[in-house]
Amino acid sequence: MADSTTSRVSFTLDSSLDSVNKIEQTAEQCAQRAGFDEDTVPHIAMAVREAAVNAVLHGNSYDTNKHVIASFETTSDSLIIRISDQGPGLDPEKIPDPLAPENILRGSGRGIFLIKAFMDEVNFRQLHPGTELTLIKHRTPAQSGT
Amino acid sequence: MSMKVKTRQVDGITILDLSGRITLGEGSVTIRDAVRDVLAKGSNKILLNLGDISYIDSSGIGELVSAFTTVKNSGGELKLLNLTKKVHDLLQITKLYTVFDVKDDEATAISSFTK
Repeated sequence: MADSTTSRVSFTLDSSLDSVNKIEQTAEQCAQRAGFDEDTVPHIAMAVREAAVNAVLHGNSYDTNKHVIASFETTSDSLIIRISDQGPGLDPEKIPDPLAPENILRGSGRGIFLIKAFMDEVNFRQLHPGTELTLIKHRTPAQSGT
Repeated sequence: MSMKVKTRQVDGITILDLSGRITLGEGSVTIRDAVRDVLAKGSNKILLNLGDISYIDSSGIGELVSAFTTVKNSGGELKLLNLTKKVHDLLQITKLYTVFDVKDDEATAISSFTK
């Protein structure tokens, strides 16, 4: 049963893999409460995990003095997740296309692609320093309880 | 849950039965080390059984690709066996499904390696 109540929760976390796991688990719980189906919930959780890995690994470089902020907001029509880091900044235009023939056998570089594949909207915002990713998945009327 | 690897030999092929999660910091390093160990022992025909892999992220996908290229560059073959729907779908989305030689039957997979 979907919960139609608008809710918001946020965490400030260390730059660690434990934080990545906590963010992923919270995303999964929020997606379930928002009424997404059993195929969509793991996709949302994976997209959020990829964003968290980017923040911890590529943004903050596991720097213990830097933090990751994750917020989860469920509105009547969307699940909105924001992940920010305190790193040097990420220019989405400079991310190589992982489907290009010259990149297909690369051992990395698929995280942002998967985020875009599984979410309805993905927005980047430069924080100077840092990057905030906003991931949005729209709820259907049945999911939003209206 | 972390990833576990069991190694066995069938008709000269090294089969790595993987279970658990292949993610950054969990399974990805384990796969890398397991493949490296197989190559160090002189075998370069490897079948990765992913039937009990419950989850894989982009780091895990990258590690599969790296294992594939490492084995191929050594003159060997690396194939995938028993993909779960989740892993299958991820390889489709990333257009890697046709890069790997994917099998769903162990006997067929074993016989498909170059003798």
